[in-house]
Amino acid sequence: MARVVVDVMLKPEILDPQGQAVQRALPRLGFEGISDVRQGKRFELEVDGPVDEAALARIHDLAESFLANTVIEDFTVRVEEAAEVAGAVK
Amino acid sequence: MTARIGVVTFPGSLDDRDTQRAIRVAGAEPVALWHKDKDLKQVDAVVLCGGFSYGDYLRAGAIARFSPVMDTLIDQAKAGLPVLGICNGFQILTEAHLLPGGMLGNDHLHFICRDQKLRVENAGTAWTSDYSAGQEIHIPLKNMDGRYVADPRTLDELEAEGRVAFRYLDVNPNGSLNDIAGITNAAGNVVGLMPHPEHAVEPLIGTGRTDGLPFFTSILKKLVNA
Repeated sequence: MARVVVDVMLKPEILDPQGQAVQRALPRLGFEGISDVRQGKRFELEVDGPVDEAALARIHDLAESFLANTVIEDFTVRVEEAAEVAGAVK
Repeated sequence: MTARIGVVTFPGSLDDRDTQRAIRVAGAEPVALWHKDKDLKQVDAVVLCGGFSYGDYLRAGAIARFSPVMDTLIDQAKAGLPVLGICNGFQILTEAHLLPGGMLGNDHLHFICRDQKLRVENAGTAWTSDYSAGQEIHIPLKNMDGRYVADPRTLDELEAEGRVAFRYLDVNPNGSLNDIAGITNAAGNVVGLMPHPEHAVEPLIGTGRTDGLPFFTSILKKLVNA
């Protein structure tokens, strides 16, 4: 079994009030030097069988039609390596 | 014979009964439609009502947009079936790409509930012909994700073609670009807006005015005279 990660972010030109609220809270918490925060979504898809080109193409279609609304959001699709997955379980 | 206007209920819809009532008050016959049903029961028009279909999970309207009923509705809307999307219904219409642009969280991050002043910018659609262009109306607004966004080219196109159907007056309640409260497709049969006309059809409730009623009388006249 392999994991494919889809990251979805608002397009850069679209205002992200949640990210701004997080950014504005940082100085109060003693975090300096962060000039901007943007908040997105991460989807972890556990894929049965091999993650070959065909499987990735299908996931790309899924991300484009459903996980992201490409009118307002950009997305990336990547395969997470086995070591990373094991690390995440720890 | 009067017009039959469908109202779709999704899991999490809130205003389906109010919308059916508004349709009845206007003199048409409301028909309940179910999200799992591909059959539109041969209605003459459809309203997608307000609420929080699927809990607004993923994005407001994103999961409802893939309901069986939407397969049929998208095809028929493209063929000219009049469709009105109110609040969550507007969000579903943008997710279905029947209307351009998208809906995001209010810029102030709070739920909003207020009587909102609007200007009717386009009185030529299937749902607005009983208004006059430039008319100012008050109807309730209640939402979390009411910020209308679109890329600059789409905005220019909407403005140039008169497809901004409603604009917020006095205050922009959610950060919508160009104060946009509602838009129409090019054909004028598909209209979406965030405020709730179905909550302003009787003097006893809501704003005390009936400024929302013309939505429903507009479509009734169009269908009966067709």
